[in-house]
Amino acid sequence: MIYDDLNIIFPEIFLSVYAMVALLGVVYTSKDELAKRVTWVTAFIFILVAFLIIFSEEKTEIAFGGMFINDAFSRFSKIIILLSAAVVLVMGQEYMSRRGFLRFEYPLIVTLSVVGMMVMVSAGDLMSLYMGLELQSLALYVIAAFKKDSVKSTEAGLKYFVLGALSSGLLLYGSALVYGYSGTTLFSGILSNVSTDAPSLGLLFGLALVIAGLAFKVSAVPFHMWTPDVYEGAPTPVTAFFATVPKMAAICLFIRVMYDAFGNIINDWQQIIALLSILSMFLGAFAAIGQTDLKRLLAYSSIAHMGYALIGLAAGTEFGVQSVLEYMTIYITMNIGVFAIVMSMQQDGQSVTEIASLKMISETDPGKAIALVILLFSLAGIPPMLGFFAKFEVLRAAINAELVYLAVLGVLASVIGAFYYLRIVYFIYFGEMPETPLDDAKSPILRTIWTASAAIMIFGIVSLLGVEQMAKAAAFSLLN
Amino acid sequence: MDDLLLEYLPILVFLGIALGLGIILLLAAAVIAIRNPDPEKVSAYECGFNAFDDARMKFDVRFYLVSILFIIFDLEIAFLFPWAVAFQDISMIGFWSMIVFLGVLTVGFAYEWKKGALEWE
Repeated sequence: MIYDDLNIIFPEIFLSVYAMVALLGVVYTSKDELAKRVTWVTAFIFILVAFLIIFSEEKTEIAFGGMFINDAFSRFSKIIILLSAAVVLVMGQEYMSRRGFLRFEYPLIVTLSVVGMMVMVSAGDLMSLYMGLELQSLALYVIAAFKKDSVKSTEAGLKYFVLGALSSGLLLYGSALVYGYSGTTLFSGILSNVSTDAPSLGLLFGLALVIAGLAFKVSAVPFHMWTPDVYEGAPTPVTAFFATVPKMAAICLFIRVMYDAFGNIINDWQQIIALLSILSMFLGAFAAIGQTDLKRLLAYSSIAHMGYALIGLAAGTEFGVQSVLEYMTIYITMNIGVFAIVMSMQQDGQSVTEIASLKMISETDPGKAIALVILLFSLAGIPPMLGFFAKFEVLRAAINAELVYLAVLGVLASVIGAFYYLRIVYFIYFGEMPETPLDDAKSPILRTIWTASAAIMIFGIVSLLGVEQMAKAAAFSLLN
Repeated sequence: MDDLLLEYLPILVFLGIALGLGIILLLAAAVIAIRNPDPEKVSAYECGFNAFDDARMKFDVRFYLVSILFIIFDLEIAFLFPWAVAFQDISMIGFWSMIVFLGVLTVGFAYEWKKGALEWE
């Protein structure tokens, strides 16, 4: 019955209603004066909903005739999405209000994009997939251009919008072909209608186009062109959001579509994903070397990281899915820490993002220097940091699936990529003192966040603080 | 399957004719027409006097805002129309889905109104 269906999507309905009520409530009262408070309330509500999902019954439920799936996989991704969105909101509000562009719409647009992501990871049908993806993307286009008077920010928003529309077009064309050749938009229907040994050419075309559309959303090479420009142009808190939360949602959606709809023809998509993964890892490693801007560098770093995450998907096994989920969780945790540090970088009250301005911060702020070094080592994948175990797990998944070449290339790319992370470490400890060193941002919130993130990178190796078990259950629920 | 495709044959034929006719007309203008240009002929025609300025002028971004807001409610009608036509046959779920949809749109409308997006000055 409809009431059962509505019960299953209660978290999504709750968040949507909250966004609408808050929007009207604030716009009819004191508008932007309440912006800070709305941001805190929104972050609190995200955490509340995350706990609601954590303590909900562990079972697989299907709503709206299969269009919406609530299983351990979607619950795992939703918890990560909600918690990381809450942290990113809290960390961004201070930066934005100090620079005078925090509007009350910001947390509410983020809420709507989070609702879109929650629909994405629960999608069981090409229709609900597209609906979730568009709700998420449209909200993100808006916040990319959130600093209205900055040329770079509006340019980022426009670029993201135009290229995003293109990718949606590809995805829709692919969905249309898949529908045409399988006769249904339901994932479960596609799975049973597609013949295992010889899928038709039209369906494979559709599959390739759907993959292209999704690869755009996770910014995998060759669909990555928008990433550096958007990351550089968008305000730093927004970039922090882009680099973490939507990536989780897009990768989970990717996994969901590949296994739930095309799980019978793994051999056909495995090679496409493997190619995307190899290209992303190497482009991310080489293109980041010449960057002077930290946000651009992190954009290429995120492209490379998506390449590693796709290794786990290319493996096509249950352990592969588990390794991707672990990888993404660790990736988000360390990226939040790095972006907290980027947000705290300022000279004479002006925020800067040049890598060179980090020179010798070991002298001016030793605590931040150590945290940054730990996080960079983790991003590079150097043991005993958590980032190493993330890479280790996906590579292990590739080897178990007899994709040894993929694992070898992954290790090679990781060695090349280590160069640019270590170059920053060199600046921090051995560079020459700049004329105007970075001043203290005096932000206890940011300091707490990057310290916590760095601490997790070291102490998290104890069974990944319970994430491993949850990821395992999530992968199990997806494949069985 | 073939019967189904056969029903679409007229559309294919129509597409072919449209494409062919378009190409023929374009080519005919290039091949047959007599061309004898002089400055008066190729300049912009503006009721007998010289053109004042470029046709590509800037205009207020608020026109875009109004047109975008218009499109939202235009689409609302596009959804409402089939709903109203099939009103006899839809269930209560169909009815309330549309009411919820209208409610969401109204929230957006109330927001844009209060935000001042509809004010011209």
